[in-house]
Amino acid sequence: MVHAFSYSHNAQEYFFLWDIESGSLHNVDLAAFLCAKKRYNISLSNSEIETYLQLNPDVTLEVNNELGALEEAGALNATKTIATFRKKTQHVKALCLHICHDCNMRCGYCFADGGAYNCGIAHMSRDVGFAAVDFLIQNSGNRRNLEIDFFGGEPLLNFDTVKAIVAYAKSLAIKHNKQFSFTLTTNCIRLDKSTAEYLNREMSNVVLSIDGRRKVHDAVRRAVCENGTYDDVVKNALFFKQIRGSLNYYVRGTFTAKNLDFSNDVIKLHDLGFDAVSVEPVVLDSSHPLSIKTDSIDLINHQYEILSEYYLKARASGENFTFFHFILDLVHGPCIDKRLTGCGAGTEYLAVSPDGKLYPCHQFVGKTDFCMGNVFDLGLNEDLRTTFSSITVLNKEHCAECPAKYHCGGGCLANSLNLTGSLTGQYKIGCSLAKKRFEIALASAFLENSEGG
Amino acid sequence: MKHIKTIVFKSLVKDGNIGCGECQASCQSACKTSCTVGNQICKRDEKINVKTNKQSLTI
Repeated sequence: MVHAFSYSHNAQEYFFLWDIESGSLHNVDLAAFLCAKKRYNISLSNSEIETYLQLNPDVTLEVNNELGALEEAGALNATKTIATFRKKTQHVKALCLHICHDCNMRCGYCFADGGAYNCGIAHMSRDVGFAAVDFLIQNSGNRRNLEIDFFGGEPLLNFDTVKAIVAYAKSLAIKHNKQFSFTLTTNCIRLDKSTAEYLNREMSNVVLSIDGRRKVHDAVRRAVCENGTYDDVVKNALFFKQIRGSLNYYVRGTFTAKNLDFSNDVIKLHDLGFDAVSVEPVVLDSSHPLSIKTDSIDLINHQYEILSEYYLKARASGENFTFFHFILDLVHGPCIDKRLTGCGAGTEYLAVSPDGKLYPCHQFVGKTDFCMGNVFDLGLNEDLRTTFSSITVLNKEHCAECPAKYHCGGGCLANSLNLTGSLTGQYKIGCSLAKKRFEIALASAFLENSEGG
Repeated sequence: MKHIKTIVFKSLVKDGNIGCGECQASCQSACKTSCTVGNQICKRDEKINVKTNKQSLTI
């Protein structure tokens, strides 16, 4: 299958053909763009039909010969190389530890019930944390690179346990020939100097939650006492960024129906001095006042276009600015196995609740039907594991013709369940936005390399 | 070719030890409510690839 799309940059229209199954990207002229649309039964607008009909027959012949040559080479309209797939191993490689089911903020869009996940306030004990590390090592087979993410609620409310777990895991690494990577997501309220220095030393990545402009952030990300948190959060996050140097971190924000002009929030975060930014659409049931509605998709897509132009300009001027969803490495990206299976929830990636229960991922915690076991037991619910391991891009009907299917890996299973009632259901808004971001990532990668020398 | 410039050739067709499972789980990066795997880096490539500001692309 071939996906044809265009991208407007500096008042010029660029045309692309993305070959979905082979992962080939072609920059084409207008004649080739229209001929390809005709050849691969992609609908043309009325104006495109008019232009197509005016093409010189010799040009049409030339283009079709070129398209045919690329088909012969397997780089256009390529057939699907993998028809069925199942994960080869059942080894666990990453745990998300819900170190604290409590939070010092009450964000308007929180999916975690103010941090408690509808399970009541709880802090993970050291015993549970250590058992989680043991569980990970014992269930990781020959995988060397293991990951432990500290999540909440707000993990810094149980920071001593975080430190104890890190020390415990590191003490076992050499003996078991494992390399641990630690990550932590924080709202930055308790990110004081000593905490920042510890995280900078021990964490391979730290995610700092800020939503952008003050009015946007303070409208939603409020303290328990309902005060705004912007000043403290930005001050603490900037200190962390200052000492972080070139090591990995992300400022991660959320946009909602109340700030559909979110490109301004990304730009604000960059203006503040943050150069690694991810701002994502909120995922909520349509009845929620902050939820993204279908009729906002065009507006949001336009915001991504504004953002991509800003992104290209910033990078062209030498700034090391990254926006998570525009990052795309077409040469060194993940293998097809990863692309088919997505995030690995329920198979290689599991979440651990404060009492040690195992769930497919952090968004499933508290859903008792999805409890897969306990870190104190070696066994896992194999029926559930089989359910999750059998879900791939290949068996989701709505993914079949999607140009972004090997980029998103089939989408977030929790979002599907929460919004459609099925693990394999389609969260249509998420799909639309993912496709747009993917097109921009492809076009940006091309433009950045072709213009920047 | 006169009308078509191939930017990336068959990036999904990779040889070698695929599916080793050593790369980062996507939700351990920045996305916690969406799913993006295509912007992850292959762990095997990461070892030999010098990190640069620009994204890798063959033209």
